Amino acid sequence: MIIDRVQVEAINSFSNLELLKEVYGLIWILPILTLLLGITIEVLVIVWLEREISASIQQRIGPEYAGPLGLLQAIADGTKLLFKEDILPSRGDIPLFSIGPSIAVISILLSFLVIPLGYRFVLADLSIGVFLWIAISSIAPIGLLMAGYSSNNKYSFLGGLRAAAQSISYEIPLTFCVLAISLLSNSLSTVDIVEAQSKYGFFGWNLWRQPIGFLVFLISSLAECERLPFDLPEAEEELVAGYQTEYSGIKYGLFYLVSYLNLLVSSLFVTVLYLGGWNLSIPYISFFGFFQMNKMVGILEMTMSIFITLTKAYLFLFISITIRWTLPRMRMDQLLNLGWKFLLPISLGNLLLTTSFQLVSL
Amino acid sequence: MSLPLTRKDLMIVNMGPQHPSMHGVLRLIVTLDGEDVIDCEPILGYLHRGMEKIAENRTIIQYLPYVTRWDYLATMFTEAITVNAPEFLENIQIPQRASYIRVIMLELSRIASHLLWLGPFMADLGAQTPFFYIFRERELIYDLFEAATGMRMMHNYFRIGGVAADLPYGWIDKCLDFCDYFLRGVIEYQQLITQNPIFLERVEGVGFISGEEAVNWGLSGPMLRASGIQWDLRKVDLYESYNQFDWKVQWQKEGDSLARYLVRIGEMRESIKIIQQAVEKIPGGPYENLEVRRFKKAKNSEWNDFEYRFLGKKPSPNFELSKQELYARVEAPKGELGIYLVGDDSLFPWRWKIRPPGFINLQILPQLVKKMKLADIMTILGSIDIIMGEVDR
Repeated sequence: MIIDRVQVEAINSFSNLELLKEVYGLIWILPILTLLLGITIEVLVIVWLEREISASIQQRIGPEYAGPLGLLQAIADGTKLLFKEDILPSRGDIPLFSIGPSIAVISILLSFLVIPLGYRFVLADLSIGVFLWIAISSIAPIGLLMAGYSSNNKYSFLGGLRAAAQSISYEIPLTFCVLAISLLSNSLSTVDIVEAQSKYGFFGWNLWRQPIGFLVFLISSLAECERLPFDLPEAEEELVAGYQTEYSGIKYGLFYLVSYLNLLVSSLFVTVLYLGGWNLSIPYISFFGFFQMNKMVGILEMTMSIFITLTKAYLFLFISITIRWTLPRMRMDQLLNLGWKFLLPISLGNLLLTTSFQLVSL
Repeated sequence: MSLPLTRKDLMIVNMGPQHPSMHGVLRLIVTLDGEDVIDCEPILGYLHRGMEKIAENRTIIQYLPYVTRWDYLATMFTEAITVNAPEFLENIQIPQRASYIRVIMLELSRIASHLLWLGPFMADLGAQTPFFYIFRERELIYDLFEAATGMRMMHNYFRIGGVAADLPYGWIDKCLDFCDYFLRGVIEYQQLITQNPIFLERVEGVGFISGEEAVNWGLSGPMLRASGIQWDLRKVDLYESYNQFDWKVQWQKEGDSLARYLVRIGEMRESIKIIQQAVEKIPGGPYENLEVRRFKKAKNSEWNDFEYRFLGKKPSPNFELSKQELYARVEAPKGELGIYLVGDDSLFPWRWKIRPPGFINLQILPQLVKKMKLADIMTILGSIDIIMGEVDR
């Protein structure tokens, strides 16, 4: 009996340990879930903002019935897409057709890993930092290409091809701009890049040290997001809906999500790389310097830095939304000309200039 | 003999009849080599309703409500040509006031049509916002139409020998207000669109038509005038009372999509000029020539008495077309809208051949889009300005 009891206790303690392990595992996954939730909410906000801003640009009212000020419209749309029938093209390549949108979503969600929302408030402060984003974001076009190919639709196919061509040609100037930034801050880590801009407040931003780089980055990130002057892959008037033509239900919803996630990532990276990240950026005023460092102030500061990051990001979002509803679309050859014959040489020159300045200052 | 190393795989894409930018139910079978257009074959007839045949067993007054379905964006012009052809056939004079009212209505309709060309044209280029702006002004024009005719789109307003009803009280002032407002609107469009570098890059040199080509293809309207030929039926034919106003023919010599855009924008301004003059010196008097409300053979009817216009119930007007034939035409916003009318000494026309401007202008499309990019199809198609209702009839 005694042995039995000991055995039972041992088993109990073992199972407790297992439970603890599980709990530990849950704790480990908690930040990821929080980030995912935050991203989802931000995407919903962006969708709402896009609809309201476009409405006011076009002298319409925009969503107003779903929730106060139509705030819940995006949720309503998402729910509708969730319940909609998932139509599969009968002659399409069904596995590829299903994998396509998920590859696009996952690759973009992964790049949120390295975005610092506040000081030490980053999921993974990797030493390759920004390059993780650049590497991973070039996986997304593969998903789009898959979607375009597997739909067995000529519009989708053309759209997928356009997406691939576009993202390849605009990846390179984007990378050169990021390289120039990392040369300035002697690091690829996103946290270090923001730290390097924190010295002179507003004037320490990389925006002033890299004005050409900033413009090139802005244009090529718009092209990466497939936003309006460059939204050729899904050009409605030409390709109906590009690679999304055959999609319905939540798979279409995922593509919709991808475009806004992409926009969010780009705007956050603009903030991190050029606009001084989470810093308040008013020179010589440190809001929290007067207080002693205790836990409450720490939390407050964290909230403030997240708020500041998001404010800067939404500033960029506002610009890109306004651009989307103002400009006509470019043609494919004009788009490639702009990418290869204008942005690439300029960003390369910018990189060379930055390098030589860094060498001189060494 | 050497074979090419890479086989050129041409892709045949079927655009339409359900496609967002085919302006209704146009169908294009496009052969693509990557982004380049190798060939393009338009297929028409998805909106064919046999309108010419239907006209052959209707009196003109019975047919009038139907004609606004040809070109449903420039409705006044279809009505104008429908009443003009019998008027010319029987040599009927219309009162000055009716003529002025017609001019005002036609020019308003021209503006509405050009506005609803501008919006979709910009949408074809990818800019969605102008579509909403044009509806702002177009709505006011349709308000004016509604006040005068009772309907916003399908007016049924023109009659042989005049118009169906006089202008309501205060309409003139409302129209003048609209003119002032609209001139500001045109300036706004030009500021937003004309100087935009992306817009210029998309339209400049795209869809070039030389003057000779334009004449040979039988193009008319802004398509012709953008190629450097100053041919406007309002000046050439002197119908209605267009010769009493001071206005200029809008034309450009470049012959590309940008020139067609500029011609249409200019025409909107000129139309406003005509409306302002017409509204200011519109004469009084009757708004219809009651003489035409009779059978041809009945003489000395009481229908032309002074009291007649106050009668509650008027007999259904009939109008006999004599055994003659003629071709009548007006300058519609899309080009020359003509009717070839053959009378047969009966109430119904024996033949009612419609010459729709959109149909003739569309013929040049395959030639224009060859060797261009895929996106240029939409630019060129947009700049041609077609309405499938009148192309297919």
